[in-house]
Amino acid sequence: MDNELFPIIWFGLIGLALIIYVILDGYSLGIGILFPFIKGAEQRGVMLTTASPFWDGNQTWLVLSVAGLYGTFPLVYSSLLPAMYLPLILMLMCLFFRGMTFEFRSKASSHRSFDIGFCIVTTAVAFLQGMIVGSVIAGVGTDDGNFAENVLSAFSWFGLCTGIALVIGYALLGAAWLVIKTEGQLQKIFYRLIRPLMILFFLAMLAVVAITPLVNQLIAERWAKWPNLLWLGITAVIMMILAIMTIRSATRRHEKRIFIQIGVMFVLGLVGLVASLYPVMLPPDITLWDAASSRSSQQFLLVGYATLLPITLGYTAYSYWLFRGKVHESEE
Amino acid sequence: MLGLDTVDLARLQFATTVMYHIIFLALSIGLATYLAFLEGMWLKTGNRIYLGIYHYWLPHFAVNYAAGVVSGVIMAFEFGTNWSVFSSKAGGISGVLLTYEVVTAFFLEAGFFGIMMFGEGRVSRKVHYFATCMVALGAYISTFWILASNSWMQTPAGYAFEDGRIIPEDWWEVIFNPSQPFRFVHMSLAALIATAFVVAGVAAWHLYRNHQDAVARRMFSMALWMLTFVVPLQIVAGDVHGLNTLEHQPAKVAAMEAYWKNEPEREGMPMVVLAWPDPHLEKNLFSLEIPRLSSLYLTHSLTGKIQGLEQWAEDERPYVPLVFYAFRLMVYLGFAMLGLVALSLWMRKRKQLYESRWFLILMMLATPIGVVAIEAGWVTTEAGRQPWIIYGLLRTVDGVSPFSVATLVTSLVGLWGIYTLIFFIGAYFFVKLVRPTPESILSDKEDYDEAREQSLPRHPFSRRSHRNP
Repeated sequence: MDNELFPIIWFGLIGLALIIYVILDGYSLGIGILFPFIKGAEQRGVMLTTASPFWDGNQTWLVLSVAGLYGTFPLVYSSLLPAMYLPLILMLMCLFFRGMTFEFRSKASSHRSFDIGFCIVTTAVAFLQGMIVGSVIAGVGTDDGNFAENVLSAFSWFGLCTGIALVIGYALLGAAWLVIKTEGQLQKIFYRLIRPLMILFFLAMLAVVAITPLVNQLIAERWAKWPNLLWLGITAVIMMILAIMTIRSATRRHEKRIFIQIGVMFVLGLVGLVASLYPVMLPPDITLWDAASSRSSQQFLLVGYATLLPITLGYTAYSYWLFRGKVHESEE
Repeated sequence: MLGLDTVDLARLQFATTVMYHIIFLALSIGLATYLAFLEGMWLKTGNRIYLGIYHYWLPHFAVNYAAGVVSGVIMAFEFGTNWSVFSSKAGGISGVLLTYEVVTAFFLEAGFFGIMMFGEGRVSRKVHYFATCMVALGAYISTFWILASNSWMQTPAGYAFEDGRIIPEDWWEVIFNPSQPFRFVHMSLAALIATAFVVAGVAAWHLYRNHQDAVARRMFSMALWMLTFVVPLQIVAGDVHGLNTLEHQPAKVAAMEAYWKNEPEREGMPMVVLAWPDPHLEKNLFSLEIPRLSSLYLTHSLTGKIQGLEQWAEDERPYVPLVFYAFRLMVYLGFAMLGLVALSLWMRKRKQLYESRWFLILMMLATPIGVVAIEAGWVTTEAGRQPWIIYGLLRTVDGVSPFSVATLVTSLVGLWGIYTLIFFIGAYFFVKLVRPTPESILSDKEDYDEAREQSLPRHPFSRRSHRNP
């Protein structure tokens, strides 16, 4: 019986790494998505500086999720990645440019081209990540293994919706982060962005939830059943309350609360999605039992994970604590 | 494209990503070590010349590190996108090793990188030094794991088959597989050498313009001392690694040496200095040989023999010309390095190390020598492993994802485009960053005098202003 426990533990751990990634890199990418709202090159420099000690660590959570998937659920890794080949390669190229901008921009004499590039690639990364999730839910390209003929099928209509929703979501996270890290006029702009972004994000999520049952048979059947419908309703109500609370926090200038509330919304959304699919890992039908690697692999990795992840979280927290407080324009 | 099939294209894509990635990795490992040493020397002696050199190379490290990280992310995905059959069969081993790399090394580097880059003034000197050391340690741990994974594909051990999948049986054997320790040492030393040549090249350029530059002199001297110790060590390490390869992958060695026939009657194997190996005729169309030399370095005896390629079926041999030339290039560059090191010792003895213009030009030309040798070495070992993706267990053609040529060409063009773009932007900034003279990093007269006199400072940790580049 405990033989079957490992895949569940790993399912949870990879989900955890992914949630941490989405929230942390979400705000880093959000900074770039918000660039068009800010005119001055110095102010954009401040925005970048708020994330420069952290972007690399934030991105590492994506590598952890992917590598973890590779080691513990090789079948999902080897089916998902080729199925999403083109959007993934495109996303990786954008991530490459994003990382280099952090290092090059401050050394360049003209910032303009880096700013435009940074905005385009961060928006593209957010969109592609959302799109990949949408296409996975819709089960495109992964159902028959013969993705070779139609790699373009990774781009789907549902993926378009989820892509746009995630761009808005990351922008919202970015604004919430920047409210914490900036001050004065700049901070005011981000405070003002919270409300419209939150309304847009909420509407986008509603749209995604409304379309999901149309594209995924399994979710449609599950959501229609009692008491799942009740859970869905409760989640929707909590989300609504959180959205309203976030907007209120913004008007009352509660700097840190906004980020936490939005973070909770992301966690709830992702947990809801995973719970709707469980134990299917890769729609339409690959379950976590099908995909799990051998017990020896999962066990060996768990030892390292259990001892090292707390330490990792420890020094990540230390780094955030060390670079706490506002970033001033002179620090850029 | 150009008659290449999907396997060739998938290999080409992976190979270019890795070859691009390894440049930054090698320089990050080397620079991280160098920076940790410099900061340690500064803390020990209080001489700000070390801190000056530290600040001179810190931005270079940052750029290399970032480029290494982001090209590494591409790799973490390419195992799955390009080699889906391989990753589904061997993920339980290869993926686990990769994840260990992430949890032990990537987070360590990423966490302390921020403190190293931006923490001066926020943390104490000791904590900052600790962060620098952790970043360097992370670089080596990362090398350890990724080479465990690569070496396992070269010399698999500690595995079993179960339902067509390869599953781990003994993790100790998987990680410390027969070639892992050799590859780890060889690669780590190679990274130190490549970095030392880059540092020496930049210092040589500044000395060429002004041989009085005290900081450049120190840089140049330190880099050359480093090379004096590490290059001979690397030649020994390479030799031992070769013996290990001969034991576990004899076909690779036969290709490296372009030996086609088994010649039991012959007394000792010659070293083929230059040749034109023809895989179809199964012989060298032309060759220049030194008798018995190969026996000496491959078997450490004058009459030792190695098997010729005819020992293996045609579809179990690597592509000989590539392996042969890549190996020649690596070895010849290695001996050229040894020559430069010997020259530097002679120059030092004659007290002309910083003044002799031709030697400075030679060292400037040698700037990329270590990086080129690393590329050649990796081509040797990876092309020499073919046609296997996991040596003797899984063929490369059986491990690939079933993509169409059009898809692969599209992604290949896209990746090459961004690599080229970043390469040129990176080269531009490299030149920009090395343009200021090393001496200008010491803005304070007192620092400058210290550097000239090579004396210990009068006020070791005084709050003198220093310009942060």
